[in-house]
Amino acid sequence: MQNILIRGGRVIDPANGIDEVADVRIEEGKIAGIGKNLSAGDAKVIDAAGRVVAPGFIDMHCHLRDPGLEYKEDIVSGTRAAAHGGFTGVCCMPNTKPVNDSAAVTRYIIEKAQTQGSGVHVYPVGAISKGLEGVEMAEIGRMKQAGIVAISDDGRPVTNSNLFRLAMQYASHFGVFIMSHSEDKGLVGDGVMNEGFVSTKLGLPGITRAAEEVMIARDILVAEAEGKRVHLCHVSTKGGVQLVREAKARGVRVTAETTPHYIAATDAWVEGYDSRCRVNPPLREEADRLACIEGLVDGTLDCIATDHAPHHEDEKRCEFHLAASGISGFETAFCVSNSMLVKSGRMTLPRLIELMSTTPARLLGVQGGTLCVGAPADVVILDPDREVTVDASKFFSKGKNTPFDGKTYCGAVCATLADGRVIYEEA
Amino acid sequence: MGLKRKDLLGLEGVSREEITSILDTALAMRQVVRSSSKKTAHLQGKSIVTLFYENSTRTRMSFELASKYMSAAAANISASASSVAKGETLIDTGVTLDQMGTDVIIIRHPMSGAPTLLAKNVRASVINAGDGMNEHPTQALLDLFTMREHLGDLEGIKVAICGDVMHSRVARSNIYGLTAMGAKVVLCAPPTLIPVRIEELGCTVAPTIEDACEGADVVMGLRIQRERQQKGLFPSVAEYCDNWEITPERVALAKKHALIMHPGPMNRGVEIASSAADSAQSVITQQVESGVAVRMALLYMITRREG
Repeated sequence: MQNILIRGGRVIDPANGIDEVADVRIEEGKIAGIGKNLSAGDAKVIDAAGRVVAPGFIDMHCHLRDPGLEYKEDIVSGTRAAAHGGFTGVCCMPNTKPVNDSAAVTRYIIEKAQTQGSGVHVYPVGAISKGLEGVEMAEIGRMKQAGIVAISDDGRPVTNSNLFRLAMQYASHFGVFIMSHSEDKGLVGDGVMNEGFVSTKLGLPGITRAAEEVMIARDILVAEAEGKRVHLCHVSTKGGVQLVREAKARGVRVTAETTPHYIAATDAWVEGYDSRCRVNPPLREEADRLACIEGLVDGTLDCIATDHAPHHEDEKRCEFHLAASGISGFETAFCVSNSMLVKSGRMTLPRLIELMSTTPARLLGVQGGTLCVGAPADVVILDPDREVTVDASKFFSKGKNTPFDGKTYCGAVCATLADGRVIYEEA
Repeated sequence: MGLKRKDLLGLEGVSREEITSILDTALAMRQVVRSSSKKTAHLQGKSIVTLFYENSTRTRMSFELASKYMSAAAANISASASSVAKGETLIDTGVTLDQMGTDVIIIRHPMSGAPTLLAKNVRASVINAGDGMNEHPTQALLDLFTMREHLGDLEGIKVAICGDVMHSRVARSNIYGLTAMGAKVVLCAPPTLIPVRIEELGCTVAPTIEDACEGADVVMGLRIQRERQQKGLFPSVAEYCDNWEITPERVALAKKHALIMHPGPMNRGVEIASSAADSAQSVITQQVESGVAVRMALLYMITRREG
């Protein structure tokens, strides 16, 4: 295996409090040393002068669409896109065809990722309930043995609170936690976008914030009563952030993520019936956007996940009501987050790396998220100051569905290494 | 005398001058509707298609007669009887109509924004004949035309709109059109049928129908579909009527010769009492005549667009 020396970059490793210009030496796929003027020896040298060298990003929440929905994305294209976005590990949600509610599907995903993927580590999330139907618990123990890192019925809420409670109890035996898609379907009704002035103006049925917040409150209260852990997916509202803040203050074992689109876009983007902005939860209003940023700044929200949700062009080139929900997010996550959080002066770059790498690795208990000597060399090299104009047609993902297309942000991914192997390098 | 736009998707952002010029043209067109020989050459050689994804009697017939009175080649497509039922997309249907040389596509669709999507993808002019809960601009234009006939200048008049505002494209288009003309719009409905922050469109919401009618120049009803009751938006028709039905007693709170209007089809005894709908103050049947005249004007002007 080729040894690598990443020379002269600003090395940021929040886990070890490192932020200095140094060389990083990689041997046998592991971090072998960080220091000034390390000798190259037989190693391939990557010049990182003026760049940032950090642990690779880890995405707690994405959709690789494989098995069954390969026309939207597959494990090959999805892991290539992840590498292009600076990710070295991603958690794929179970709403595939068939659903990942069995060890067989879990094994299929892991094996395909290992044999055909880009090198990005793929961590499947198993279903909470069989078929995502919210009735019977899936075989959590067997899926855990096959390699899942968490359970979720993502895309759908677990409406039955007792099933939610029982799954939380049962899964804890296997060291598995719930990632909750918090949504009250009754309150959603026939809504297709955030309920607010824009929905009234466009005549589109709105979704009240309460649809999300009622279930966040339920999830928190069940976790509190059980003394168990729960992770909340894609928090998008000001009230949701506040519920998490209050729960954490009284010691509830709750963690939460938000996504780049909730900190960068609002429902005003839907004007003109732009179906690229159809996403669930829906894009909210400015006060919500600011609250999500505030939540990341003060630690109420633990991490940034993409909720990468690729769709086929035909599923977006239609009436807003008929458009599929979701945004292709891997390849814009860093530039959008960096612009909204770091360039705007709300946080430092090391803090952003913590949100995109260190913390998700810790929450999931997976490799990466650090540049400790001896750790697997999962590394991203960034140019945080470079302006980039998003061009969805150049995405590695099959899903070109993004409202960020054509917009200019700050921050480029120059190279991604997984287990010491270069899995993406810009031309 | 043409429009400066390819499409008419709504009255949002349409200026008082543009509206006035359409209404002025409609006045001339009404002479045609009233004449014994309803044939002009205004749309000679033009091809006009109505593409309806929802049932409609009066709007569709109104557009069709408007086209025929002005000698256009007019054709109809209804969703159930066409390739639409075979799963063809809206964009593909639009492009197909383009290729057949269609000059104007008149679309009605249950989903808000469908005409916008169509207009972006076709060469033909697109006229919105009602999309979801968004807009129904020609209905508002015919309402304005009818009001202007009776009240003259619309500046400063008070128009009370009572009924299912939430699901009403007629309400939204009238709010835009009336406020552009300087009128005051007051809405009234059960809270479950008032969309959030609708006031920010430039209207007000009255606490009771009596407040809404008080001193009004126009009292307009909006259809209450019975399904709304089944969906839990109000408990019963009887209770709706107790609180929100347009009745002669409530209309008596308005100005002496206030107009009673309704876009139709009416649910008599729900949002409007027959005694109000059929009273001397009602102009509901005139609205239908205005509809043909306004649509003639619009078709004429949109096929002669400038720039």
